[in-house]
This record gives sequence, structure tokens and C-alpha cells, in this order.
Amino acid sequence: MNETNAPLIEVVGLEAFYGRRRILHGVDFSVNRGEIRVIMGGSGSGKSTLLRHIIGLQRPVSGTVRILGVDVGRAGAQELLAVRRKLGVSFQGGALITSMSVGDNVALPLREHTQLDETTIRIMSRLKLEFVNLGGFHDLMPSQLSGGMIKRAALARAIVMDPELLFFDEPSAGLDPVVSAELDELILRLRDALRMTIVVVTHELESAFRIADRITVLDQGDILTTGTVAEVRASENERIQDLLHRRPRSVEVDVDDYLRRLTEEDA
Amino acid sequence: MIADALHLLNRLGRRTVMAVDALGYAAGLLGEAVGFVVSGRRRGQPVRLQAVVEQMRQVGVDAIPIVLLLSFTVGLMLAIQFIATLREFGAQSQVVLAVAKSVTREFGVLITGILVAGRSGSAFAARIGSMSVSQEVDALGVMGIDPVRYLVAPALLAMLVMLPVLTVLADAAAILGAAMYSAPMLDMSVQTYLTQTLSQLTPRDVYEGLAKSIVFALLITVIGVATGFSVTGGAEGVGRATTRAVVLSITALIVADMVFSFFLNR
Ligand SMILES: Nc1ncnc2c1ncn2[C@@H]1O[C@H](COP(=O)(O)OP(=O)(O)O)[C@@H](O)[C@H]1O
Ligand SMILES: [Mg+2]
Repeated sequence: MNETNAPLIEVVGLEAFYGRRRILHGVDFSVNRGEIRVIMGGSGSGKSTLLRHIIGLQRPVSGTVRILGVDVGRAGAQELLAVRRKLGVSFQGGALITSMSVGDNVALPLREHTQLDETTIRIMSRLKLEFVNLGGFHDLMPSQLSGGMIKRAALARAIVMDPELLFFDEPSAGLDPVVSAELDELILRLRDALRMTIVVVTHELESAFRIADRITVLDQGDILTTGTVAEVRASENERIQDLLHRRPRSVEVDVDDYLRRLTEEDA
Repeated sequence: MIADALHLLNRLGRRTVMAVDALGYAAGLLGEAVGFVVSGRRRGQPVRLQAVVEQMRQVGVDAIPIVLLLSFTVGLMLAIQFIATLREFGAQSQVVLAVAKSVTREFGVLITGILVAGRSGSAFAARIGSMSVSQEVDALGVMGIDPVRYLVAPALLAMLVMLPVLTVLADAAAILGAAMYSAPMLDMSVQTYLTQTLSQLTPRDVYEGLAKSIVFALLITVIGVATGFSVTGGAEGVGRATTRAVVLSITALIVADMVFSFFLNR
């Protein structure tokens, strides 16, 4: 088995549904060790849904998802927990535990998964807070933080166990350009300094171009292309060019579908 | 006509399937939580004593004043009613026995259960519901912290310990309340009233209440957390779930109580 060359994430033929609505259409996706992969696409294109399947929060209806060599869809609870200790996730809304201070949030994985003493835990969690430029904010409660601070605190919590794989959902959504650029810097430093493999979901072009080694463009549940920044920019695909130039998409209506939607009793 | 009937039948069918689903889900949650209590440590998912103690404080210790106050009042009320009724048969002195049995077997645990359902059942639903909505539950999961182990197991343990304790306190307060009213009416001292109560109570009376309190603790916890985990639809959904948890658990308590009393007193 060749550890170094096997992709860390391998998604094959993934289909996802919410009720009867098909969200992902046979998605194939793989990420190699050490790269920053950006999943880019308009709002509602299924980026978060793909991410939730990769980290095992949703099980695939069909298709397979493997991360770090484990089939997430078929793994038992124990196996899944073991894999999850090796990955960090920063959610779209931060998802800090509201009843805990920032410091306790960051320290939580250490308290739960290690036998370290309290002093070591405190030092390690404060180091990570320093890393995301939140030094000295450990006593604040999540409700006292601004949007950018929440994202950074969530990032600190995601990396406190030094994961091999980091997922970041919408790092720059709802932030001003300066704060969003700072977050991009942090992500680049994580790859260079800590050698993490990072998957970033975003709909912000600028941020995607700044940090990506390769970009996967997702559009209404289909992967349009995967390539370097230059390749994506040069793509001939009309939908990609629409996305890059912020053109509204031209909606084509299928008459049969349209009539069915209007007349159907329950969706 | 037929179409209407079919439609109704269809709805009824769906409702039934949903109810059975919900029951299965709640039972599954309970099983998982018990599993973590029993073998969590071995599986690297220990239920933390500190979390259990914190929950015991919230569901138990903090509820003591209100449980005492309400039980005392209900005891007093029972004494008034019993004396008024028994007087008609010239059997006033039987009030001691009537209060002792009805409080320990029925009222102490029921008042405690309803209060705790209102205080803690709703708190479980609100806490877990808002954590689901803000993806905190997902975040725990991907950090390798099982949400059932972390959120449900401590609550369940705390309830299983504290509800019987609260029930005993409620029994005592209710009997004291009854004594305050009855003793002067019967020309005896409060102390004599209490001694008589103790001599007329059998362990079985108290056990009946305690057995109920264990079942109530399971019902309140499971309904609260299951409702919480099923929240959809943002803050409004959390509000709805909280109300639902309270109504459902009080209904479940009263039905369970009835079944219990029926089988234990045949
Ligand atoms: N819990 C859910 N229930 C039903 N539909 C959902 C749910 N979450 C997302 N969706 C739908 O799935 C589609 C993709 O959503 P999402 O993956 O969140 O998109 P993105 O992250 O790219 O904005 C959207 O159309 C959204 O309405
Ligand atoms: Mg999203």
C-alpha cells in the first residue's frame, strides 16, 4: 500500500437527496495529501451537502466516500469516531458551543481525547488562539464575538488536535474584505507550517483564487471541472464563465417538468 | 366521498408511521445512552462525572425549593378535603392513613414529575434543539464526541438519581403540610401526627412512589432529548419543540401513572 500517493479523500458516484430532491448528481471528487482544494459554486449548489457527506454527517444514498482510507458510509460508530479525531471542521456558522467560553471551546477536543493535564491543555489551546490572532480572548463567550472572530475561534478549535485534514465551510462569507483576507492568510500558513491537507468551501471567487492549489467547481449538484486556478479561469464552460463574471444564469425551462411541478399534489 | 375517506385513511396511516418512527427513535436514544453509561469508558467515550453532577444540580438541587413548596401546599389541600369528607362518616382520624398512602403512592411522585417535566424536560429540549439548529451537535460529532454520550447520558443519570430523591422530599413536605392542618383538627400535636403516619406507612407504599419516579425520569429525559434532536426550522422550531416536550412528557407521565396504579393496586 502506498500511503503517500493515495488520495486522502476519495468520493465516487455520490448521490444525495433531501426528501425527493436530488442535490448531488453522481459526484466524483478526490483530494491529495498536502493540497488546498477549494470547492467553489453558487449558493445552493450543494457545497455544504458534499462536505457533510465527506465528514460522515450524512450517509450517501449511493456512491462511496472514503477519507483517510475509511469508507465513511459503511464505517461503524467506533471507526467513524477514530477517523474524526484526525480531522478538523470549521462550520459555516462557527458552531461554537454557546454555553462555553472561547478557551473552553478550543480546549474541548483536548479534554475529551487526551490525558493531558490542565496546564498543558490551557497552554496548547491558547497557542492555537494566538495562531488565529485571538490571543487574550479565551475568557469571552461566543455570543460576545464578532463574525470574523467566531470563524477564527472555530478554526482554532478545528486545528487544536493538529488534524491531518481540515475542512472549512465558507471562511469569508459575511465578512469584510480585510478580515476575509486575513483568514485566507491563516489557511495558507496552516498548509505551509503544519502541512495540513485543507478543503475549503466558498462562493467567494477572490478568496478561492488566492488560496487554492486546485479548484473544483460545483454547479447545481454537478461537478463542472477540477483544475488549477489558471485552468479554471481559462475554462471554456459557459456556466463557469457565468460564475467568474457574475452573470445571472440563463434558466431554461423544461415544459413537462414545469407543468408537473405546478400540478403535483405533494412534493 | 370515497376519495375523502381514503385521504383521511392515508393521513392516519402516515401519522401512525410517524408516531411509531418517533417511538423507535426515542427507544434507540435511550438504549444508546444506557450503553454509554455501561461501557462508554471502555470505548473511549466516558460519561463524565462532572457533567452528571452539574446536571444533578440543575434538575435536582435547583428544583428543591419549588418541589417542597408545592408538595407542602398539596398536602395541606389533601388534608382539608379528606377531613371534610371523612367527617361525614365520623372517620376523621382516618385522615392520617388516607394522606400517608395517597401522598407516598401517588401525589408526591406525580407533583415532582410534573414539575420536573416543566423545568427540565423543556430545558433538555431547548438546549439540544438550539444546539442542533446552530450545528453544535454536528460539531460535537465531528470532533469525535458522541452527542448522545455528551448530552444525553449525563442528563439521564442525573434524572435517575434526582427524581427519586425529590420524590422522597416531596412526600415528606406533603405529609408535613397535611399535619399542619390536621393535627389541630384532630386535637393532637404535629409530632404525634407524624409518628402515627410513620407507623401506618409500609415500605411498599414508598417503593411504589419510587418505582414510578424511575419510570418518570426515563420518560421525561427521553421525550425531552428526542424532541430536541428532532428540531428543524430555526429558533421558532426550538420554541415549538420545547412546548411539545412538556405537553408530551406530562401526558406520558399521567398515562404511565394510571397504568402503574392499576396494576399495583389490583
Ligand atoms: N436540511 C435540508 N433540508 C432540505 N433541503 C436542504 C437542506 N439543506 C440544504 N438543502 C437544500 O440543498 C441544496 C444545497 O444546499 P447546500 O449544500 O447547503 O448549498 P451550498 O452550501 O452550496 O449553499 C439547497 O437547494 C438547499 O435548499
Ligand atoms: Mg453552504
